[in-house]
Amino acid sequence: MNETSAMLLDSGGLDRLIGVLGARGFRTIGPVVADGAIGPGPIRHVVDLPQGWHDEQAPGSYRLHRDDDPRLFAWAVGPRSWKGELFPPRSVVWRSSGEGDSLEIVPVVDEAPPVAVIGARPCELAALSILDRVLGTSTHPDPVYRARREAAFVAVVECSTPASTCFCTSMGTGPAVGDDRAGDEGVDLVLTELAGDERHHFLVRAASPLGGEVLAELGGEPAPGWAWSARDRLLAAAEGAIGRALDTDGLAPLLARNLDHPRWDEVAERCLSCGNCTLACPTCFCSSVEDVSDLTGTVERHRRWDSCFDLGYSYVHGGPVRTSVSSRYRQWATHKLSTWFDQFSTAGCVGCGRCITWCPVGIDLTEEAAAIRASDGAGARAYARAGAAGGDQP
Amino acid sequence: MSARPTLAVWKFSSCDGCQLTLLDCEDELLAVAEHVDIAHFTEMSSASVDGPYDVSLVEGSVTTAADRERILAIREASGLLVTIGACAAAGGIQALRNFTSVAELARGVYAHPEYLDTLETSTAIADHVGVDLELHGCPIDRHQLLEVISALLAGRRPVLPSYSVCQECKQRATVCLLVARGRACLGPVTRAGCGALCPSLDRGCFGCFGPAESANTASLARRLAADGTSQAQLSRLFRTFNAGAPAFRKESVAHDAPPAER
Ligand code: SF4
Ligand code: SF4
Ligand code: SF4
Ligand code: SF4
Repeated sequence: MNETSAMLLDSGGLDRLIGVLGARGFRTIGPVVADGAIGPGPIRHVVDLPQGWHDEQAPGSYRLHRDDDPRLFAWAVGPRSWKGELFPPRSVVWRSSGEGDSLEIVPVVDEAPPVAVIGARPCELAALSILDRVLGTSTHPDPVYRARREAAFVAVVECSTPASTCFCTSMGTGPAVGDDRAGDEGVDLVLTELAGDERHHFLVRAASPLGGEVLAELGGEPAPGWAWSARDRLLAAAEGAIGRALDTDGLAPLLARNLDHPRWDEVAERCLSCGNCTLACPTCFCSSVEDVSDLTGTVERHRRWDSCFDLGYSYVHGGPVRTSVSSRYRQWATHKLSTWFDQFSTAGCVGCGRCITWCPVGIDLTEEAAAIRASDGAGARAYARAGAAGGDQP
Repeated sequence: MSARPTLAVWKFSSCDGCQLTLLDCEDELLAVAEHVDIAHFTEMSSASVDGPYDVSLVEGSVTTAADRERILAIREASGLLVTIGACAAAGGIQALRNFTSVAELARGVYAHPEYLDTLETSTAIADHVGVDLELHGCPIDRHQLLEVISALLAGRRPVLPSYSVCQECKQRATVCLLVARGRACLGPVTRAGCGALCPSLDRGCFGCFGPAESANTASLARRLAADGTSQAQLSRLFRTFNAGAPAFRKESVAHDAPPAER
């Protein structure tokens, strides 16, 4: 982290940030309150941000309330991650025109203006860097995601007020950015909101050349020493406030060797296979393609979000492979916490807690993993980890 | 299928709302009429052409002995038989009779119940004849109907989801009513297809598209009960337009009060 390029802004400075990014052609989006939750929405001024709003989260429950707290970011992640802005739930891949010999396939170019995300949280930055590997730089990148991500400006606000469902400390993704705690790749500005004794400031540091350029346009004073110590205190308190944990020690092989554990059937008694967890998760990237034709002869190929909780997801010639809900829950949990390492060298989970809060029946991934750890070996069928040939697919 | 396939629309025990969805296709109706020969559709015209028909859309449930005969003849005369709506797929709201005695109901409602000639149950079309495709909903979704017609004309499989309404909520960025407001919502166990219409209008899903595949109604009922939904309310929640669908029927009966307490 480069302390020399850090500035102290007041909320007027934050307002200027939104204005400067808008003037540079970005569509500025940030957290806004709508329909009882905080989620991405258009912002044009600092007043659009959720000042004084707080969330209360528990498995299967989310409530907002407001008080006279001057802070704009005193809440934890809401139901919608930034994934939807960069990897839309549905997009048209190509369109055809003509027919027979004159048939032409026309790729559809995404023409959305570049987005500036103001107010992502540290775990969400970690989620973007996971998606970058999967959709951005892999051998089969998603053109829409890649183009939008490359053009995007990202300003992260560190966390002061985690929810009861957060476990970023277990995953090494928050509540801070940088400091060897969580990397600051793929972000332009990192903000810390400091409030107390009539003061309300943002400690802002640049994490990319563009971030530095934008920061220089905002004015403000170079960050004083007290701001850094206030940040340290705030983040230490936030870290201490995280009440949920996932023991990641040997977790990938633990799950991989417990494929027949009775816990999978127990969780399937509760699981609705509704797919909310996967669609709320900021790293789940699965999609499916659908070909649609209409009566006028237009044919389009659509890409839409998919979920491994759908029966149709595992449909291969002859029928679906994962017919039981326990096999689908197991696919989700082992992908997030085990096979993702084999594929992408990281966990597929950043500890944001969304799958816990937004599960209608409050199924908790950390609790499920702990239950399997507590009776390791009760279901001792293993799949072959990457590198080993053949083997059973989970 | 011939160059311009023939389409027939049939009505059984129903309210006509699903048939009207076809007329409701306003913008696309001319295109439909251009591509298919509408041979029988009494909501549109009293003129009727004799079968056979390439495609029959069947609305309504079987509630009389005459219905039972007629559906056999329609099946015989149809290439593809597509049912439209909750009545045809699960017996509809009139399948509430399946939970009680029809004679008793008739006595309560009609001055001369002896004039009635009706079966003890309201049943789905698929209980009587082979069905090629079912379109769900009360009423059906117009986009799904157009999708089926377009797919049949193009000779491809129609895209009809069998996953939950929740996925449509997430796709259209509707905040979950159950989690964020504690509202009773059947979305997690209900088949998608409506585009999460009710939740997007701030109303929990009524389940009008019937059970999703692998619907775990018991788990959802436990959650709703924990939020304060009474047993009687739970029973009624699962006993509406798709009361006759096996998964909903079973869950609704599970929350019935024992006979003594009714
Ligand atoms: S698995 Fe759950 S906690 Fe982990 S990143 Fe996804 S939604 Fe967040
Ligand atoms: S957990 Fe399921 S939906 Fe999410 S990325 Fe893995 S396979 Fe896809
Ligand atoms: S774990 Fe919860 S959110 Fe995920 S599919 Fe099961 S019931 Fe739905
Ligand atoms: S509002 Fe209903 S349908 Fe939508 S996500 Fe919540 S439970 Fe599912």
